[in-house]
Amino acid sequence: MAQEDPNVIDQPEVMKPRMVSIEISGKKYDVPEGITVIKALWYTGQEVVRGAGCLGGFCGACATYYRTKDDPKVRTCLACQMAVQDGMSFTIMPPFPARKATYDVQALKDPKQDLFNLYPEAPLCRNCNACTEACPQKIDVREGVWKAVFGDFKSVSEMFMDCVMCGMCTPVCIADIAPNLVALYVSRAQGAHFAEKPLGLDVRIKEIQDGRYNDEWKKILAMSEKELADHCATVK
Amino acid sequence: MDIHALQQIVHNTRDARRKQTIPKFSPADRDQLIHKYHPDYRASAYRPIRFGPNIDEKTVVELATLLEGDSLIQDDVDLTPDYTTDVLVIGGGGAGCAAALHAHGAGAKVMLATKLRLGDSNSVMAQGGMQISVAPEDSPVTHFLDTLKGGHMHNDHDLLKAMVEDGPAIAKWLIELGVLFDRQADGNLHVKKGGGSSKPRLLTCSDYTGLEIMRVLKDEVLNQKIQLLEFCAAVELLSDENGHCSGAIFKDLDNHRYVVVAAKSVILATGGIGRLHIQGFPTSNHYGATGDGLCLSYRMGAKLAHIDTFQYHPSGAVYPEQLVGQLVTEGIRSEGGHLVNARGERFVNELDTRDVVSSSIIRECEEGRGIRTMSGRVGVWLDTPLLDAEHGPGTVEKHFPAMMLQFERFGIDISKDPVLIYPTLHYQNGGVKIDTNSETNVKNLFVAGEASGGLHGRNRLMGNSLLDLMVFGKRSGLTAAGRAGSMKQGKLTVQHLQRFRADAKKHGNLSNVVSPMVLPAYTRKES
Repeated sequence: MAQEDPNVIDQPEVMKPRMVSIEISGKKYDVPEGITVIKALWYTGQEVVRGAGCLGGFCGACATYYRTKDDPKVRTCLACQMAVQDGMSFTIMPPFPARKATYDVQALKDPKQDLFNLYPEAPLCRNCNACTEACPQKIDVREGVWKAVFGDFKSVSEMFMDCVMCGMCTPVCIADIAPNLVALYVSRAQGAHFAEKPLGLDVRIKEIQDGRYNDEWKKILAMSEKELADHCATVK
Repeated sequence: MDIHALQQIVHNTRDARRKQTIPKFSPADRDQLIHKYHPDYRASAYRPIRFGPNIDEKTVVELATLLEGDSLIQDDVDLTPDYTTDVLVIGGGGAGCAAALHAHGAGAKVMLATKLRLGDSNSVMAQGGMQISVAPEDSPVTHFLDTLKGGHMHNDHDLLKAMVEDGPAIAKWLIELGVLFDRQADGNLHVKKGGGSSKPRLLTCSDYTGLEIMRVLKDEVLNQKIQLLEFCAAVELLSDENGHCSGAIFKDLDNHRYVVVAAKSVILATGGIGRLHIQGFPTSNHYGATGDGLCLSYRMGAKLAHIDTFQYHPSGAVYPEQLVGQLVTEGIRSEGGHLVNARGERFVNELDTRDVVSSSIIRECEEGRGIRTMSGRVGVWLDTPLLDAEHGPGTVEKHFPAMMLQFERFGIDISKDPVLIYPTLHYQNGGVKIDTNSETNVKNLFVAGEASGGLHGRNRLMGNSLLDLMVFGKRSGLTAAGRAGSMKQGKLTVQHLQRFRADAKKHGNLSNVVSPMVLPAYTRKES
């Protein structure tokens, strides 16, 4: 039937819902091929409270280690964004106790110097590149840490715009750096201290405070429903 | 057919389509289209609520059942408080973080409770941007009129005026906290045009606007050392002898014990209902979007507004199967991406409001001009490669890195291949009715963000949600904090439950479910 319809996409993983063998935290299960890692947890009857958040690849709650069949390399993924395959084994990463520095971003006097007080381990990177390899967002994390140390805050903030704070870069660091937290500090400092001030924004805030739109508001809020609808229709 | 063979028609018709302009619908045609195809108008999906503040008003069956649901809590529950605070914020998304930070900043003792982790929310996924009238040719009044038009004139004027006027100050606050909005060459904020808006007004952080804002707000909540209660789901509110809100009961999802929190004010920032999968729709929402705040406030006697209307975002992914329901940002259409049916034709002005675009996609699919997948899903093409053709190679990658990565994981390069999409359940347009302080008709019970209602009318405009969260998070936080100094902690009772249960008995009993739902039941019980 499907073959005759010219507007049907062939989806092998759905056409043949083949069962595949996987391992979840060391225990074997059979699940349908192609479902996401998080759906495999539900499929195998597990209640998921920790390890699921936005389910859209943005919140970083479902950081996962996985390995594919016969491959010694342990890789990382977000469980909501990864399809299972035969022979795969995975485990969701528990919350990693990385140290987050606390600071008042607005009160920073010299943010580039303050980095070394807040994160004294940041310059101790030994260039092993494990953080970059661990990043499911494909950020060049190692490069970012060095750029932070050398004060190129702008580049760091751009490189880490993709960071979902899953923290996969932290347990692999042999220098005990938490690169995602360093980058977050750097990005906030960049935004609060080094980005240009948008002058037009202050103008608009002042206009509102000074009541520049009061007459227009008065006119609009006094309109009948019909008048208002007609007025809205004129806005193009 | 192979997806690459099927999408050829999109590539073949691209040049011809680029010359076309598709006019927007006339008001009459637009109403006709929506009435015929929008899911809000499928009468069989709705029923009247049998009792409570919104008695006899219609809403979707899934929500009505939960609103009429019973509480886990019985009258003999031990209400000795485990914690006492001035302001209790329930919900760890954008509205919750904003409320907590402003209340804390105003000197109140604040506790933030969430059933998942701090920040796990819909806010973190917002890609399209945040509407704030910062451009010289724009104004808060124009923002007001655009939103009103988008909401089919049903928006609460006072709430809407408050939101558009507070907008610019919110942008300033976020920038001071370190949020990196996209800039023009002169340092001013870059603005993009969103669907249904007459002026470019969307502030963006590439297509990670929500993520960038949430990274910063979460970090700030931690820096300010605001007391957190994570993995604790609110299961009931508390009321004093006058029926005012005085705290909440949580269930600790780790050890299943109850946690009682006494608070002078409670701010519910619990978000929307996507995970109820209304009418069987897939959803773009996060794991916890189960409408808990609606059930909790309804039992307290808070009135709901516009709960018969939901937003189905036009572009939810249909293929690959792993991404079903997840959003393909509206930004693609803002930048000129076409919607294309199986015949290679455009069928709607892509920048019309979300309800209109969704209705027209449903029309194409119901009338046989959709593209089907083997799992029985149907959709239309979104011509993403057009952006590179129009604005130069690399455009998609530069402006939509999040989208690129999401599809790349499944072997699809959206700068070369179009994406198959269909409307996905995205947002509850209504919610708990609030005033301009974000307070409900139950004293000391505030609701902020998606859980609240009235502001967006019957259709929310793109980019207004992020602003809504920040504005009413702030207003609720400041009002609750301002009140804390001059008031005493109310008694802790569950008297409102007795009232609710008596009312239910009179009008046909509780539905046979316990609410709030807390988390969707995705776990398979047996094979």
